[in-house]
Amino acid sequence: MVRVDGSGNSQSLICVRGLNKTYSRGGEKIQVLQGLNLDVDKGDFVAFMGPSGSGKTTLLNLLGGLDVPSAGSITVDGDEITHMSGSKLTQWRARHVGFIFQMYNLIPVLTAYQNVELPLLLTKLSGSDRRKHVETALAVVGLGDRMHHYPRQLSGGQEQRVTIARAIVSDPTFLLCDEPTGDLDRKSADEIMALIEELVGKYGKTVLMVTHDPVVAARAHTTLHLEKGVLVEGKASRQSVLAGGAA
Amino acid sequence: MKFRRLIFANLFRKKVRLILTIGSFAIALVLFTFLAVIKSAFNRGVEIAGADRLIVVDRVGLMNLMPISYADKIAAIPGVKAVAHDHWFGGVYQDEKNFFPQFVIDVENHRKVYPEFIVPDDHWNNFVKDRQGAIAGAKLAERFHWKVGDRIPIKTTLYGGAVWEFNLDGIYHTEKPDGDQGQFWLQWKYFDENVPSVIKSTAGWYILKLNNPDDAVRVAKAIDEKFANSSHETKTQTESAFAAYFAKQFGNIEFLILTIGSVVFFTLLLVTGNTMAISVRERTGELAVLKAIGVTDRSVLFLVLAESVAIALFGGMLGLLLAWGAIPVISGALTGMLPPLLLSKTMLALGLIFAFLVGAASGLLPGIGAMRMRVVNALRRV
Repeated sequence: MVRVDGSGNSQSLICVRGLNKTYSRGGEKIQVLQGLNLDVDKGDFVAFMGPSGSGKTTLLNLLGGLDVPSAGSITVDGDEITHMSGSKLTQWRARHVGFIFQMYNLIPVLTAYQNVELPLLLTKLSGSDRRKHVETALAVVGLGDRMHHYPRQLSGGQEQRVTIARAIVSDPTFLLCDEPTGDLDRKSADEIMALIEELVGKYGKTVLMVTHDPVVAARAHTTLHLEKGVLVEGKASRQSVLAGGAA
Repeated sequence: MKFRRLIFANLFRKKVRLILTIGSFAIALVLFTFLAVIKSAFNRGVEIAGADRLIVVDRVGLMNLMPISYADKIAAIPGVKAVAHDHWFGGVYQDEKNFFPQFVIDVENHRKVYPEFIVPDDHWNNFVKDRQGAIAGAKLAERFHWKVGDRIPIKTTLYGGAVWEFNLDGIYHTEKPDGDQGQFWLQWKYFDENVPSVIKSTAGWYILKLNNPDDAVRVAKAIDEKFANSSHETKTQTESAFAAYFAKQFGNIEFLILTIGSVVFFTLLLVTGNTMAISVRERTGELAVLKAIGVTDRSVLFLVLAESVAIALFGGMLGLLLAWGAIPVISGALTGMLPPLLLSKTMLALGLIFAFLVGAASGLLPGIGAMRMRVVNALRRV
């Protein structure tokens, strides 16, 4: 269950309260997020939509601990991350967050296997345990037979699958997807979305996704729209935007 | 080291750039090693000098000769165990490029002051009996394929240009394998009989052995005071100070080597630093992803440093290997003009440490940049 009115309880996997983010650009202060509230339960699949510059990626970065808010709090699975030091936040990310980027961001000099293995190098797993995890993750994304291929030997869809395998290999608490299909053709995009749906449906993963594509967003359980720094839920918001603003 | 695969994969990402960087590092290290070897060769006299030996020269300079009568007067000073005198013969063998040091030695006392030169007794006895006799160092004999019994003509450049002939009566070795085995000794008596009258009954310098090295200052002072206000005032110094003074006759080698070495060092720093800076800039996005998935800032710094150190060590090892092969050849070509050039294990180890330090220093700035890079900003640039 996803709520944006701050009415969630302490059982929520992700609990955001009064989140603000302000940037300074050329002496001018730009408030991207304004007192945003969000509650996401385990196993939810949430899509964030909104026009360019609305703060979707900023929100994702804050939820992933890649950036720090100007005010407000983010609690994930009982850990409040907003006051963590840089090094603690890095450790927290390694344990709890799986990132899936639009541009895949694989290391080109490593094979699919080695790319997927990277997050596990930060753990204390033995070499044989790492191998099991990597092979399982690659099998889940359907690339068990491509594990020794380099990114340049894979199609865009396959590269994104490797990214997904890398995101899930350490069994993180939730996945953050920033335009996961933005660089793919429709067929590949459908395959990737089917895979993400499978991660949610079959493996109970919690997924938060930013997208511009309504077709992709329709695959999520809930679609939230970012408008003027706050989240509004579903179609009503879109209609209100189309009708002439959030007022 | 779990990230070694990533480090090596990154190293070989741009093979041409890697080869060029390693190549320039190797060439620079060959030059650096060569300079260090020359410096060491000039300092070797200082390093192996006996702590219990003093050298007495004419205060005006090494080219001024002293009366042979000084020997007994020096020997009479308390604390002096033995005194020997030496002369510089300054000849060439067959051709001017065949130059090597020839010393006119004091047969009676030479072995007392230089026990580290080992001459078999039968060789020495034959030499003592033979006024035209000579003894050569093992390496010198090897260089010219001499053997005991050979007749050696030496053309002197100092005493009228005549050719003097000597019988090779013996070969000496040294206690340490890197000792000076390139000298040629002839007898003072034979020399004294054949030089112009102005040179007769003179010594180029005196070498004296002390009973106790702690007396060096006192004995040196006593000698110089003894000959003060004479026609040949003396300057007495420890053998190491004399060796350093002798090396300086070639010019300020140390300063020259230090200057060239510094230029090489900073050039290397710039070449490797530039390579690493470009490499890190090209991989901004990848480093950001590594940070996003939980690689710590310190580990990112380590990855960059490991890469630059690996480049430096590869280049360093290649350079040292080249130097190891080239220095004996160069040393052979320069024999006589410079002291023997030896690339010791210590110098090889220092070369590797130097390479490591250059690698670490050149990777430091790009590494700190990568460490401080904000993931959000870096991902935005991808």
